[in-house]
Amino acid sequence: MIIMIDNIDLSLVNWSRAQFALTAIYHWLFVPLTLGLSFILAFMETIYVRTGDVAWKKITKFWMTLFGINFAIGVATGIILEFEFGTNWSNYSWFVGDIFGAPLAIEGILAFFLESTFVAVMFFGWNKVSKKFHLASTWLVAIGANLSALWILVANAWMENPVGMVFNPDTARNEMASFMDVVLNPVAIDKFFHTVTSGFVLASVFVVGISSWFLIRHREELLAKRSIMIAGIFGLVSSLLVAFTGDTSARTIAKVQPVKFAAMEALYEGSSDAGLTVIGALTDSGERIGEKKVHDIKLKIEVPELLSIMTTGKADGYVPGIKDLVNGNPERGILSVSEMMERGTYARQVLTDYKMAREMGDTESMSLLAAKFKDKDFTENYFKYFGYSYFEHPWQVIPSVPVTFYSFRIMVGLGFFFILLFIFAIYFSRKMTLEQNRWFLWMALFSIPLAYLASELGWIVTEMGRQPWIIQNLMPVSVAVSNISAGAVQTTFWLFAVLFTALLIAEVSIMAKQIKIGPKHLEE
Amino acid sequence: MTLMISHAFLQDYWWMIISLLAGLLVFLMFVQGGQSFIFSLPRNEMQRKMMVNALGRKWEFTFTTLVTFGGAFFASFPLFYATSFGGAYWVWMAILFSFIIQAVAYEFRSKPSNVFGTGVFDAFLLINGSLGPFLIGVAVATFFTGSDFTLDLFNRVTWGSGWHGLEALTNPVNLLLGLAVLFLARVLGLMYLNNSIEDADLGGSIKKALVRNAVPFLLFFLSFTALILLGKGYRADGVTGNVTLVQYHYLHNLVGSPVTLILFATGVVLVLVALWMGIMKNSRRAVWYAGFGTVPVVMALFFIAGYGETAFYPSSADLQSSLTLARASSSQFTLKTMFYVSFIIPFVVAYIWYAWRSINRKDITAEEMSGEDHMY
Repeated sequence: MIIMIDNIDLSLVNWSRAQFALTAIYHWLFVPLTLGLSFILAFMETIYVRTGDVAWKKITKFWMTLFGINFAIGVATGIILEFEFGTNWSNYSWFVGDIFGAPLAIEGILAFFLESTFVAVMFFGWNKVSKKFHLASTWLVAIGANLSALWILVANAWMENPVGMVFNPDTARNEMASFMDVVLNPVAIDKFFHTVTSGFVLASVFVVGISSWFLIRHREELLAKRSIMIAGIFGLVSSLLVAFTGDTSARTIAKVQPVKFAAMEALYEGSSDAGLTVIGALTDSGERIGEKKVHDIKLKIEVPELLSIMTTGKADGYVPGIKDLVNGNPERGILSVSEMMERGTYARQVLTDYKMAREMGDTESMSLLAAKFKDKDFTENYFKYFGYSYFEHPWQVIPSVPVTFYSFRIMVGLGFFFILLFIFAIYFSRKMTLEQNRWFLWMALFSIPLAYLASELGWIVTEMGRQPWIIQNLMPVSVAVSNISAGAVQTTFWLFAVLFTALLIAEVSIMAKQIKIGPKHLEE
Repeated sequence: MTLMISHAFLQDYWWMIISLLAGLLVFLMFVQGGQSFIFSLPRNEMQRKMMVNALGRKWEFTFTTLVTFGGAFFASFPLFYATSFGGAYWVWMAILFSFIIQAVAYEFRSKPSNVFGTGVFDAFLLINGSLGPFLIGVAVATFFTGSDFTLDLFNRVTWGSGWHGLEALTNPVNLLLGLAVLFLARVLGLMYLNNSIEDADLGGSIKKALVRNAVPFLLFFLSFTALILLGKGYRADGVTGNVTLVQYHYLHNLVGSPVTLILFATGVVLVLVALWMGIMKNSRRAVWYAGFGTVPVVMALFFIAGYGETAFYPSSADLQSSLTLARASSSQFTLKTMFYVSFIIPFVVAYIWYAWRSINRKDITAEEMSGEDHMY
């Protein structure tokens, strides 16, 4: 008898997912600007302190006003995310709290206090502390903001590639065995650098775009030109880093989340010389894997063998497709999902037997069963697939291919577009011909929403692509939810939706007004 | 060299850290307490502006402490996190809502084109200032009065009441602590405003309000304390873990631990001294005495709830589902890792203090409100 899970309320699961997605999407509208703009402020203020040129102070203060408006709403949406792990995902919280909680606590102690302490000095300290202390505060805000990103991304990366832990049958949870393994998780390293640098890109596009608007309106020319130069250079360097870290991220995903990687490429059939699809349109092939559609790629522009090279380093390297990963491919040493489900079910049965033996006080059975959890063969060949035991059908491990495929391509395409944008920004700045190239100014202005789109799509690839897992291979999303009513979550979902939308409208309106006012009202 | 530290020591250590964070959180809720006066205390817009700006420069400390409190609980006692947050859903959601609207209210309230008008954002501050401390007080009171939950073999929580935490509002003892925390926050808020704003007229209003709020605070706090100390407490047997209700258990925990008793007595005396200073002497330094009194009193209450063979998060529905420090805690490895991380806390406190002093060196005046460029 397995008593780990009873009836899964799919409505509850879906509303809980929707609420978390809503909160995360809103939160991520504000965070990347904070991450990047904080450094841009630090650069600008550094120039002011070094040169004594008060125009730089004025420029810094203008962007700082926009930073403040954005920062507050980022904080507001952030608190919900932390507590939603408990309110909506309580089974998850217990199953992995021993590992996942530590980075969150460190984030609070190390990063949030740094950020919140010095942000007050940054806003209110211009006439109260020395120039150097103020500058140090601005830098510490930037460091604090980005440090907080580090810890939450370490936690997020662990969910995608759980490492550095052992399962304790007595507590029925995973427990940390190596803090360094958790922190130096290859997914965490890729994710941190890719995410923060993408924030730098977004902030740079924002600064270049707003500055371009000033130039279109023939206003604040000094501020605009200086800002475009700073943000252009910062944005270009960051864009190149985003491209580099994106490449390394993809390689890591191919290893630790092969189904997600195959979905990103809409690769159904494994191949030894897999080409990289640059552009393509997915159509229904008519074929099915269980209840999931199999897609053909039409209007395809492909670079032959590039996917094999990028993932394996060899032109003839084998890249498994979704069918390999679901049905298995013995030649390539790939287990079928049905086999993993059987092994996972066995592991769960052992755990259930252990818990029952403990309840009955059967010490002999307990010691025999407990020994299994220390046995390498059991942990590596059975318990590793624990999460698969919750599935009824192998096809349930396939995420939404169209969402993952298109989101990934649009994100990557926009990433390359931003590189071009920053090259133009620097080139025209150096040639002092920004005003003459009004097409560029308009393009920069309309790039602002594109930067937000690219940034959100990045998270959609990450989070939608890893479905159905909340913790890769160990826990599906469906069993992680709190035992509350779907109606309760539905109610809070709509409350959040209304509140966040209202606050977003207010934020955009205030921001637009402050930009219109410009820096003129600021006293030196 | 690996330092050998027992799991039990680490559990107690982390409960101490949680208690300290709780104490600091209650002290820092002077921000909420001050906000609750946003419509009633100031006699004109300038006074309101000075109040909001005095509090607005500190709101992030409270917010960050709340987030860290949650993070530390998650890391050190994840079963509490899963049980309480996943079960008492509506209470925690109400608390969170009140903090979301606070975070934006300061920055947005006076900005042009804020869509909803200053009044709405000021109302947000009032809601957060009143509801936040009250509900946090009610939630903490359940550490003594119990909650309606059961845990299964795999530690999954089932909440007995469909109200998911709101049923705590029907217990008068919970309400007493909720009201005590609310009025304490209001007292601290008044003292902080008196400390940081230079305005004789506002100072007069603060003094009158202080008397009106100190009395209910003392009544609610003393009633709550008397009821829990003289009532039954949730005792967890040190060997079997069996939980039973025992008369005077919390009183035994208080008098049986010299550290807890000293913390409690010192804190109470400091708060009383602060009230005397604020009301009788109109002292502007009263907030520091009250603040440094609040922290040990809250710590002592947490010590009473968690130490001494006690279930710190008791279940009134099924005594054996109650959470003890040992049952709810993270593994020894995680707690030890976090133990090392906690060594940075004194450094954090030091730089907060330094930055705080730098900003608060000059009092807030009406003149400053006309000149400063970043204004709430």
